[in-house]
Order: sequence, then structure tokens, then C-alpha cells
Amino acid sequence: MTKIVKNKRGRKALLRSPIYITSLLLMIPVLVMLAAGVSVSTDLFSHLWQTVLPDYIANTLLLGVFVVILSIIFGVISAALIVHTNIKGKAVLRWLLMLPLAMPAYLVAYLYTDLFDYAGPVQRTMRAWFQWQSPSDYVFFDIRTLGGASIIIALVLFPYIYMLARTAFEQQDQNLLRVSRLLGLSATQSFYKVALPLARPAIAVAASLVLMETLADFATVQYFAVNTLTTAIYDTWLGYSDLAAANALASVLMLFIFFTLVIEQRARAGQAHQSNRINKNHQLINLSISAQFFASSFCWLLAIAGFILPFILLVIMAWQHSNFEQFLLLVPTGINSIEIAVWAASLTTILAMLFTLFKRLTTGKWRSLPMQISGFGYAIPGTVLAMAMLSTFAPIDYFINDIAHLLGLKRPGLLLSGSIFAIIFAYIVRFAAIANGTIDSGIKQIPKSLDYAPASLGASLIKTLTKIHIPLLKSSIWVAWLLVFVEAMKELPAVLLLRPFNYETLSTHIYQLISDEMLEQGALGAIFIVLLGLLPIVWLNQHKNDSHNNNTEEQP
Amino acid sequence: MLQKLINFFSKTIISISLIITTFSASAIDEVNVYSYRQAFLVEPLFEQFTKQSGIKVNVVFAKKGMAERLAREGQYSPADILLTTDISRLIELRDRDLLQANNAEVLIDAIPSQYRSTDNTWFALTTRVRNIYSSKRLGDINISYEDLADSQYKGRICTRSGKHPYTVALVASMIAEHGETKTLAWLESFKANLARKPQGNDRGQVQAIHQNLCDISLGNSYYFGKMLKDKNQKVWADGVNINFPNQNNRGAHVNISGIGLAKHSPNLDNAKALMAFLVSKPAQQLYAETNMEYPVRPGVAPSKLVASWGDFKADTLSLETIAKNRKLALKLIDKARFDL
Repeated sequence: MTKIVKNKRGRKALLRSPIYITSLLLMIPVLVMLAAGVSVSTDLFSHLWQTVLPDYIANTLLLGVFVVILSIIFGVISAALIVHTNIKGKAVLRWLLMLPLAMPAYLVAYLYTDLFDYAGPVQRTMRAWFQWQSPSDYVFFDIRTLGGASIIIALVLFPYIYMLARTAFEQQDQNLLRVSRLLGLSATQSFYKVALPLARPAIAVAASLVLMETLADFATVQYFAVNTLTTAIYDTWLGYSDLAAANALASVLMLFIFFTLVIEQRARAGQAHQSNRINKNHQLINLSISAQFFASSFCWLLAIAGFILPFILLVIMAWQHSNFEQFLLLVPTGINSIEIAVWAASLTTILAMLFTLFKRLTTGKWRSLPMQISGFGYAIPGTVLAMAMLSTFAPIDYFINDIAHLLGLKRPGLLLSGSIFAIIFAYIVRFAAIANGTIDSGIKQIPKSLDYAPASLGASLIKTLTKIHIPLLKSSIWVAWLLVFVEAMKELPAVLLLRPFNYETLSTHIYQLISDEMLEQGALGAIFIVLLGLLPIVWLNQHKNDSHNNNTEEQP
Repeated sequence: MLQKLINFFSKTIISISLIITTFSASAIDEVNVYSYRQAFLVEPLFEQFTKQSGIKVNVVFAKKGMAERLAREGQYSPADILLTTDISRLIELRDRDLLQANNAEVLIDAIPSQYRSTDNTWFALTTRVRNIYSSKRLGDINISYEDLADSQYKGRICTRSGKHPYTVALVASMIAEHGETKTLAWLESFKANLARKPQGNDRGQVQAIHQNLCDISLGNSYYFGKMLKDKNQKVWADGVNINFPNQNNRGAHVNISGIGLAKHSPNLDNAKALMAFLVSKPAQQLYAETNMEYPVRPGVAPSKLVASWGDFKADTLSLETIAKNRKLALKLIDKARFDL
């Protein structure tokens, strides 16, 4: 079996180097971080190790495990219910379950800790009703714990798994399930033994995204008074002012994630299935009345807890504390947020297409390398990444300034590191993993025969890509764009540090207020972020609905 | 496909040229501030300055990493002024050689020597006290920081994270007074007295007192005023007394918000004008009043509300000395596993 690109030697060389170079460029901040960590002194490390580091590491591991398990439970079950059963309210739940993604995690953390805290409305009301006076009078879960943090973070991140699992379930060849039914398995058994394993690559990709996002997080976790490895990173950097130690710890975090990913990839190596004619007509499992009740409750609880409740709380706050004039003032800020997010989403999607198509269509041991190494940025905490950006681009800016001076021109100042270029680059480095993972799991659904069948009919490589692969990848491309757009809208630590003067985004705006206990005043901006994140989600759902509606049939 | 590529590249080129043009020289007079304080807290002050001088003030606010950014930007940094909320940030900036001296007489005259650096690289603008808030259920008490380790308060103290700069500064002052060993013992007993794991912020602790979760908390002075002004939080503040600790001995621990002149400030004259403005009597009054802090300039009275909390003796230990103990303080906090 020949791969297309191998045909002409010249073309092979042409395609390869730019792609490798591009992925290496995206790796630069990671390399800068690793290099900065090399000069670390052992003093601080031994001190940390003897005191707090073991706890931090334990917390990190537990948090990662809990969040991944919870979000897989939330995401896979809801995706399965939506795609494979006749659950009531499916049309609404389909897109409702995506919405928690539009909520910034730190916002949800803030809202829920306030809600369920000892001094919050829930416990206060309970104490008033039952005449309890102090905490020893009753038992109530403490939300500011590892468990509480895990649940909240899983609530915000499970849509990743939900969306990728749902796409995988929808794109699967249903003939396989029919065959399984013919061979005597029940509908549910077929799901567990056929549909679920087939979707495993997609679920694994989403789970790795969830893991990286969880471990890189600082603000949310700090709010829950849970101390993880990122706490140590910030402590060493800002407290002990030891940048080398901070970078060393961040490198350790990344290595840990790297090994997890490698193990996970090894575990599913060799798994591949493709059929040439995919039957997408789903036979839906009929749920009994009690099953309907549990299924609906499960999905609705997720939607309410992950989105509807926080959103209502925000609306109430905005209603009480803001007015339309403030909304108008937020418009330029909103435009800034959108500007950066659109750039980040578009560029990461294009790069993801390049890397994944490269991996698919070329031979050679290292063909998946560009895609994999460009994905590491996701595991770097936002502020650390911002630092790496500055370390990378400030020297380049210096160089540009020197050249300008030599040529007798006016020094342009910090062209790259002092403008939104640095922010957008940071976002590409950080969010490449999302786009890569989404499009890669989408590409796996395309049968391999479609790679070279067009060539036998005389189509060139470009034609094959544009007329076959990219149209088939359309939904994955849009999902990838959407996920990166929403993430870029919500992102906080990197843009906070890198932004130039007089350039605010919605997230920096609300951060100013949140960090001073003024969330009520920031609620309007928060709603703005959520709504702007919602728009592409809803649009995407409409777009997909049209193509999807043709593919379901009810079981007679 | 080709069309799309062309579109993409032309947009890239246009955007890059737009970015470049934003860096061309602007005709307006301006000064650039990197601030650790939220912009809306300092805006009233800056508006006043612009009215008076016609110089526009640009502010970028970030809580972490501004020093790093400044260091990386180096000689091309657009920053003129650094505004901080804590002594440790100023010391860090000075130690990393990111500040330059401003020897203007008006600054030296306006600010007492313990509230500015010996080499005139940083200056305090306001002071704030690390108070101990006590529940009115306890009645009037005379409390010291050392009493936080006393067993009579077992299980009745709430505080924010031990790693927070305010806490670290307090521990640093304890080290300066009592030495390392005693401070570690104090930290461990303090931790044993906590009602819950350190969490939340200063106002959150007063909220917890209101809910009878604890009776004692640490908090900066200005939060008292902020709570009184907030309709939801007023009831918390009404339930506590604001105490100035250690009035029988060295005095209450004081921290500052301060200012420094950036080493490579591009708008040097404007920056110096801003600094001179900020230590002027009307600006001191406005700044302190807006944020309910104590003005650092002698002869300027704090706002009525702040004054109503009483006169007090402040710890006269030099802030530089306290800041020297910062890293050791962090080590002790880690040793005591205060947050865990």
C-alpha cells in the first residue's frame, strides 16, 4: 500500500520540513521552560520535599484521578444516552450538555464555594430551619476540599468528553452493532462491548485534555484551598523568587503528564477499525419509564449544576448590580476578547489540520511527532507559559530593535512580546492540544481506503484533501475551532500578564473585580463571556442538527 | 483553497502592520503604570492627576508576575511607575535592579524614613495595619499577635492562607522580634488553634466570625471600612471589634502600598511628576480615603471613618528589615505545614 506523498521525492521533502519546523516553533516555550529549570539549586528542593511537596504531589495525583474519572462518568454516560437511547428531551439536552464549557472554571468555583460554604445561603438556611447553632450540630459536606474541587472541575470540563464521545458514537458504523445484536447480545451489551471500545480513542483524547487542564489550573484549585504541584510552582516563583525552581517543578509536572500520555497511547496502540461504507442509522435503545426517569435526571442534573444554576446566579447578580450603560462600556472589551479568541481558534485549527493530515498521509517513524509535541503546551500553567513567552520573544524584540537602530530607523520597542502577538502565540501553544486531539480523532473515522482511492482515479494530493478529507472532517474542524474559541475567551492568567496597556479582555475585566470580592459587579462581564462562548456552541449545534437529523431511526 | 491562503496572508500582513503602527510615537503626554492594585482603586487618583497636569495615565493591572514581565522587557519596557500593595513586591523589584532612585526633595520631605528605602528607590504611599478582628461575643479584649498561639482560642481562629503576602509579612515581623525557633513554635500553636483550614480572604474570615464558626481573625484595616460600606457585609463588620495588637509593647504590624520608578522609564519627567503628585497633601488624602488606609505623609489625617477606629501605636521596625525575613518566613510556614 503506497501512501500518496511518497510518490514524488521532491514533494516529500517540501512538505516535511515546514511542518517539523512549525511544530518545533510551538515547542520553543516548553524548551525555554525546561532550560530555565536546569539551573535549579537543590537547597530549596530538599526543603520543599521535607515539608510540603509530598502532600502537593499526592493532592495533584488524586485531583487528576478524581476529575478524570468523574468527567468520564459524566461525559460518556450522557453522550451514550443522547446518541443511543430514546431519552426524552434529547433535542434540548444535546446542546445543553455542551454549555458548561462556556463557564470559566474559576467563576463556577467562586459561585459554588459561596453557595455551599458554612456561611453561604444553603447552610445558613438549613441552620435557620433546623435551629442548629454551630458546625458540631450537624453534618454537611465541606466544599473546600479535594473532593469538592474535583466535582466542580469535573462539572466544568466534562463537556470535552461529552462532545468527543458523542461525535464518536454518532460517527460509528452501526452495522457493527447490528451484527452484535444478531449474534445474540442485547442492545446494552452491544453498547458496552462494541460501541464503547470503538469510541475509546476519542474518550482517551478528551480525558487527556481534561487531565492537563486540571493539573495546569491554579486559580480554581487555590480557591478551594487545595494545594497541588501548581501551588508549589507559584510559591517557589513568587514567594521564594526562585524562577529556576519554579520552572523545574513545571517541567516535572509536564513530564508526569507526558508519561501518562505515552502509557495511554501504548495501551491503545493497534486499535483501529474502519469500514468502507459507514451506516449511521442508529437504532435507539428504548428506555423503560424508570430508566427514563434516571436518565433524564442524570442529564438534567449535569446541565443544571454545570451551567443553568451558575448562569442564573450570575443573572441575578448582574440584575441587581449593573445597568445597560455598563454593558455598552463592556463592548470594546468584548471585542478584544473575541479578536484574540478568533485568531487563536483559527490558527490552531489550521495547524491541527496540517499536523494531523501530515501524520495520516505520510510514512516515517516520526510522522506523529509534530502533532504530539505541539500538544504539550496545554499542561503548562498559564502564568508559567506567559513567562516563557516573554523569555522567548523579548530577546527577538531586542534583536529587531538593534537591527532597526543599525539601519537608522526608529526603535519599534517590544513588537512581539509587548503586543497581542505574544498573547495569540501563547494561546496557540496552549490550546494546540485541543484542536489536535479533536481533529485527530475525527480523522480516525475516515476509512483508510479514501486516502488513496482518489489517486487511482487521477486526483492530486491537494484535490484529495480538499474534496474528500476536509469535507469529511468538517464537523471535527468546527468542534475544534469552537473548543479553542471558548477556551481562549475564558483564559485568564496568560492574557493578564502579557497584555499591553489599555487592552482589557472580558476575563481580565472580571478578574479585577473577583479578586477584590466584587463578583457582583463583575457578573455582567461574566455573562458576556458566557454568552459569547454560547453563540458558537449553539450555531454549531444548529449546523450539526441538520446533517444529523437524517440519520436516526426509531426502533419499530 | 489558494484564495483562502491569500486571504489569510493578507489579513496577517494587515494585522501585523496595525500592531506596528500602534507603536509609533503618539503625540499625547502620558505615563505608564504597572500596578498590583486593581485599576479601579487607583483610577480616581489618576483622573485627578490628568486634570491637573494634562498627562494621561495608562494602567496595566496584574496580581502575579509583573516583576518578571518588567525584567524580561528590560530596556524596552514601556513601564514608568510600579504600584504595589505590599512591601515584599517593592523589595523584590529593588533587589532585582528594576527600579531607579528618585531623589526629589518633595518625596524625601513627605515620607518618613521608615516608609521609604535608604537609597530612595521605593516609597510608601499609604499604610495599613494587620488588625485582629474579634467577635463582639468576646467583649473588649487586649490582644497581641503572640496570643494567637494561646490555648484559650483553640478552635476559634480563622485566617487566610499562610502563603499570602500579608501573612508572610506578619510572620517576617515575628521573626525579626522573636527569632526563628520561637516563631516556628508560635506558628505551630497558631495552626493548632485554627477552626478550619486556611481559606478565603480577609473579609471571608469576618463572615465566618459572623456565622459563629470562629471568634478571632486577622485582617487588614481597610477591610473594616469596606465591609461597613457594603450592604451585604455590614452585618459582618457590626459583629466584630477591630483591635490594634501589641499596643503594650512594640505596636501593631504595618504594611504599605507603595511606588517605585522603573529603571528604564521612557517618560521620566512625567513619571516624576506623578510621584510628586501622589505624595502631595490632596492626593494623599484622596488615596487614603478612597481605599480607607492611613496616609503615609505626616500631617494628613485619615478619613473620619478610619480615624474613628482609634489612634494606635505602629511597630517602628524598619520595613526593609522585615522584608529581609520574608524567605525565612515562607520556610517556617512550610515547616509548620500551615496551609495543609
